[in-house]
Amino acid sequence: MASLAVRRTKDTTVKAISIGFAAFSIFLLGWILWTLLARGLPALGTNVFTQITMPPGQNGGLLNAIVGSLIQVGIAVLIGGPIGIFAGTFLAENGKGTKIGSITRFVNDILLSAPSILVGLFIYTLLVVPFGSFSGWAGALALAILVIPVVVRTTEDMLNLVPVGLREAAFALGAPQWKVVMFITWRAARAGIVTGVLLAIARAAGETAPLLFTSLGNNAWSVDLSKPMASLPVAIYQYAGAPFDDWVALAWAGALLITVGVLLLNVFSRLVLARMN
Amino acid sequence: MDATVDSVKGGGSQPIHLARRRGAISDPIFVGLLWASGIFVLILLGLIITELFKGGLPALQHFGLDFIWTASWNPVTEKYGALVMIYGTIFSAVIAVVVALPLSFGIAFFLTEIAPPALKRPIGVAIQLLAAVPSIIFGMWGFFIIVPLMAGYVQPPLIDWLGGIPLIGLLFQGPPLGSGMLTAGLILAVMILPYITSMFVETLESVPPMLKESAYGVGATTYEVYKNVSVPYGRTAMVGAVMLGLGRALGETMAVTFVIGNATRLSASLFAPGATIASTIANEFPEAPLGSLKLTSLLQLGFILFVISFIVLALSRALIRSRMD
Repeated sequence: MASLAVRRTKDTTVKAISIGFAAFSIFLLGWILWTLLARGLPALGTNVFTQITMPPGQNGGLLNAIVGSLIQVGIAVLIGGPIGIFAGTFLAENGKGTKIGSITRFVNDILLSAPSILVGLFIYTLLVVPFGSFSGWAGALALAILVIPVVVRTTEDMLNLVPVGLREAAFALGAPQWKVVMFITWRAARAGIVTGVLLAIARAAGETAPLLFTSLGNNAWSVDLSKPMASLPVAIYQYAGAPFDDWVALAWAGALLITVGVLLLNVFSRLVLARMN
Repeated sequence: MDATVDSVKGGGSQPIHLARRRGAISDPIFVGLLWASGIFVLILLGLIITELFKGGLPALQHFGLDFIWTASWNPVTEKYGALVMIYGTIFSAVIAVVVALPLSFGIAFFLTEIAPPALKRPIGVAIQLLAAVPSIIFGMWGFFIIVPLMAGYVQPPLIDWLGGIPLIGLLFQGPPLGSGMLTAGLILAVMILPYITSMFVETLESVPPMLKESAYGVGATTYEVYKNVSVPYGRTAMVGAVMLGLGRALGETMAVTFVIGNATRLSASLFAPGATIASTIANEFPEAPLGSLKLTSLLQLGFILFVISFIVLALSRALIRSRMD
C-alpha cells in the first residue's frame, strides 16, 4: 500500500476534481440559461404574443405556435393523463406481484425512455397516412403517448407510498375497490399524482421530433384539429435554421418561453415531491 | 373525507344493502377500466413495433437484409442503406457515454460524500433541471454557441497536434467545420449526464452505512471508500445507469440534427459531419413523399433504431432492477 502522504494527496486531488465537475455541470446549466436570456429577452416583444408567424421582415410573432402548443399539449394531457393514472393505479393496486403487472411495468419503463421520434413515426403510419393529412389530432395523440409513461410511473410510485393499512381499513368496512381507490388511495396521494401530470406536461411541451410527422406545423392561423397545426417547438426548429435574422431572433424568444415554462413546472413539481417525502 | 366515511358506513341514512348493490355495479366497471388501461400500456409497445415494421417492410423486401450493411444513401439512384446511420448513431452515443461517465462518477462522489447537506439538494436539483431542458434547446445552444467554439478554438489545434500521428490521427482529420460527430457526442454527453448521475447517486446512497464505516474504521480515505466499497457494491445498477444513458443518447433527435452536419458518408474522423438514424429521419422526411421507397426506407431505419434502443434499454432495466425485485 502506498504511503499515507500519497494516499492523502490522491484523496484531496479526487475531491478537488469532483468539486470541479459538479461546478462545471452547474456552469453548463447557467451557460444555457444565460444564452437563452441574452438572445431571447431582446427578441421578446409584444409582437411575439400578438402576431402569428409571418414571412421574414414583417415583424411576425409566434401566437399561432403558442396557441397550437397549448391545444395539443392540453388534449395530450386530457387523453394521456387519465389513461396513465388508471394504468399506474392498476400496477400499484391490482398488478402487484403478478406476471402481467411486472411485464406492464417493464413495457412502461421502455416507453419512458424510447426515442420520441419513433412515437411520431408510429402515429404517422397509424393516423396521418390513412386519413391522408397531417393534423392537430395526430400531434396531440403522439404527445399523449409520451405523457402516459411519465404519469404511470409517478402514479404507481406515489400510490406505493400510501400505507396498506389505510386500504385494509376501508376494505374491512366493506367498501368496494372503486371507493377505496377513489376516496382513500387517490386522495392520500393526490399531490404526488398531480405532480406526475405536471412533469408529463413539461415533457410534452418541449417535444419537437414527434410533431414533425404528425401536426407538421402551420404558418397560418388555425385551431382546426383536423388540419396541420403550428406548435412552439416546431416553429423554433423551422426558424432557428433559417437564414433571416428576425426569424432566428423569434426562435430564441420562443426557446426562452418554452424553457422557462418547462423549468418552472419542474421546480414546482420537485418542491411538492420534496415536501411529500 | 366525509363522503368516504358516509358511504363506507353504508350511505348514512341509506340502508346498507342498497349501498352495496350500487357498489356491485360500479366496481366491475372501475376495475375493468384499471385493467384496460394497464393492458393498453402493455400493447402500446407492441403496436409501435408492428406499425414501424409494417411501414418499413417494402424497403426490406426491396433491399433485403443488405439494407443494414449498405453504406449508400442516394435519393437519385434510389439506393438506400442503413450502415452510415447505424454507425453514426452508435459512434455519437458512445462518445457521449465516454465523456459523461467520468463526470458522473465525479459529481456522484461530490453529492454523496463531500457536499454539505445545505448544498446537496440545490445542486442535485440543478443537475436534474439540466435533464428537463428540451432537446431542441440543446440543439440551438449547440448550433449557435458550441459549433463556432469547436470550429474556432478546439478543432484546429487538435488537428495540428494529433492529425499527423499514424492511426490516432485518423480520428482528427478533415476541415474544422465545428459540427460533426464529436460535437454531437459532446452535446449528447451533457444531455445524458443528469440521468446517469442521479441514478449513480440513488445507488450509492443505498450502500449500507456499516460497510462504509468498516472501511473508514480501518483507515481508508474518502476516495478509497468510494472506489473500493461504494462503487463495487453498486456496480450492477451503475452499469445499468450507463446503459440507460446510452439508450437515451441513441434516440436523441433534435439536438443531434442541429450539430452533426447531416452528411450520409462514412468517415472515421471525429470532426467529419455524419448522421444518426434519428437525425436522418427528421431531416429527410420532408422530402420523402408518400409511397416512395425513401419513406419506407426511413420507416425501416426507425424500426432498426427501435430494435437497438429496445435491447439497450431492456438490458439497462434488468441490471438496475436486479437487486430491487
